[in-house]
Amino acid sequence: MSRPLYGLVAEFGSPGELVKAAREVHAAGYTKVDAYTPYPIEEVFEALHLGRSHLPKIVLAGGIVGLAGGWGLQYWTSVIQYPMNIGGRPFNAWPAFVIPSFETTVLLAALSAVLGMLALNGLPRPYHPVFNARNFSAASSDSFFLCIEAADPRFDRESVRKVLAGLGGDVSEAEE
Amino acid sequence: MASTPHSEPQIIAPGHTFATVTDKIASIVLLKKTPYGWFVGLAVGFGLLNLLLVSLAWLLIRGVGIWGLNIPIGWAFAIINFVWWIGIGHAGTLISAILLLLRQQWRMSINRFAEAMTLFAVACAGLFPIIHMGRPWVGMYWLFPYPNTMGLWPNFKSPLIWDVFAVSTYALVSLMFWFVGLIPDLATLRDRAEGRTRKWIYGVLAMGWRGSARHWHNYETAYLILAGLATPLVVSVHTVVSFDFAVATVPGWHATIFPPYFVAGAIYAGFAMVLTLAIPLRKLYGLEDFITTKHLENMGKVLLATSLIVVYGYAIEAFMAWYSGNTFERFMLWNRMFGPYGWTYWVLLLCNLATPQLMWFKRFRTSVPWLFAVAMVVNVGMWLERFVIVVTSLHRDFVPSSWGMYSPTFWDWATFLGTIGLFLTLFFLFIRLLPAISIFEMRTLLPGARIEEDEA
Repeated sequence: MSRPLYGLVAEFGSPGELVKAAREVHAAGYTKVDAYTPYPIEEVFEALHLGRSHLPKIVLAGGIVGLAGGWGLQYWTSVIQYPMNIGGRPFNAWPAFVIPSFETTVLLAALSAVLGMLALNGLPRPYHPVFNARNFSAASSDSFFLCIEAADPRFDRESVRKVLAGLGGDVSEAEE
Repeated sequence: MASTPHSEPQIIAPGHTFATVTDKIASIVLLKKTPYGWFVGLAVGFGLLNLLLVSLAWLLIRGVGIWGLNIPIGWAFAIINFVWWIGIGHAGTLISAILLLLRQQWRMSINRFAEAMTLFAVACAGLFPIIHMGRPWVGMYWLFPYPNTMGLWPNFKSPLIWDVFAVSTYALVSLMFWFVGLIPDLATLRDRAEGRTRKWIYGVLAMGWRGSARHWHNYETAYLILAGLATPLVVSVHTVVSFDFAVATVPGWHATIFPPYFVAGAIYAGFAMVLTLAIPLRKLYGLEDFITTKHLENMGKVLLATSLIVVYGYAIEAFMAWYSGNTFERFMLWNRMFGPYGWTYWVLLLCNLATPQLMWFKRFRTSVPWLFAVAMVVNVGMWLERFVIVVTSLHRDFVPSSWGMYSPTFWDWATFLGTIGLFLTLFFLFIRLLPAISIFEMRTLLPGARIEEDEA
């Protein structure tokens, strides 16, 4: 074995088997566990005890920046930088500023949702050791994978292999 | 997941598994021989696109004088086409965002190409405000706030600048929403593509997506948040477009009904365009299993509901013109119905009031040729609606000495048809290069995705 081991990966044929396996593995005390599925499965998130995503906080921050920035831009240009009397309206015509501020709020919030999601997921990342698991390309089609990583404090190659195989998984090794 | 009785049409045909859904949709892009109809469609689109390029070149050489614009009709085809295209885009966002929040599962096989339709429609729409300046490179400083040598800034008290912000935000958010939805499917294509170049291109676009549960968890949150943001956004866009008219004092424009009436009209026009695209698409690629009569029927119902709101808008417009007792408003109404452009108003009512009433009947709602015919009539009707609003209001306003007439020139028509070419070209390239149906969302609808609690 020339390369270090990333983890042991078990392939399952149905989402039900994966959810069952994820629950058992979590109950057995493994913590560095991840599942790989062709579509999002609520029950897997619960089985792995993922908790709540931190994304909403990032989006809130982005939205506030968008609101402040949009409003500030209008206030600064219309009141401070180049005040101009247009149709007798006040320089600080705040009802008119609501609409562009709304748009910049949405824009920055959406941008932080997308970039925040990618950042939290550590993407883009073209290479990952789990791609080396046997038949892993089926994870984007019709197979369900569970990986116990070698970094797990309880990781022991033989016992993990036994646990995963015992749950009905087709086990293979993923090297770094 | 609620199961529907088998006698009712399903949102996905029975017998499909994760593998067959993946194969069927991915193979359109990866393996299947491109159908003959695709080449015909692309050729038509590309031909018209070239007409657009010629029209734009001639516009930049000669200026807006090549169009039929004059004073008093200073806004004509450019704004009509802008509103028409931007309205069409709204259905894509409605399907992808609002129906997602309402948990309407039938949206899942039509959201991807409806979102693409939104993007391409917004691209066509965005062209018009830019080119109607004639020399767009001169006018940018009053559209976008950037430090220019004159030290001038846009007028944020004008609905036109609100429109710039609304439409550009809408274009960018739609693009992000669409791309985020594509990431897992791009990973599927990466894993199935043959040949280094294809693998590499889809691989770069998928950004290393590996379907990790932790990733899906953040992904689902992001997708829901984007839907929540896109929902008020889409309502704001056509509202702001309607302010371009409603804030002015021209009779026929200055009406408080405009924002809701424009939003409903946008969704109405958009669903007609989704039907116009979905019906040939499912035929061309044999996707009747995924875009079923159930989908078409539902879209027919949306068409009917929104048409009734639009007709209510027409009725209120007419009522308020009469009830206001204002001479100019009353004249506007009379002129709209019986003036020189009166025929456009009656054809408009035929298209948007009479025709959609067929959708009350299941026989028409479930008949593909009828749906297609109704959708085409609505496409024309909604274009005419904007023609009526823009031209009949402007050509005879307050002072008879400043009345005028408008007739479009060859270049008006060429530019408009040209944007249809741009739209078709982009759309045909999209269905050839990217999965036109969201594969990962279709997987969640399959019976195999149901998790029995005793098993788990």
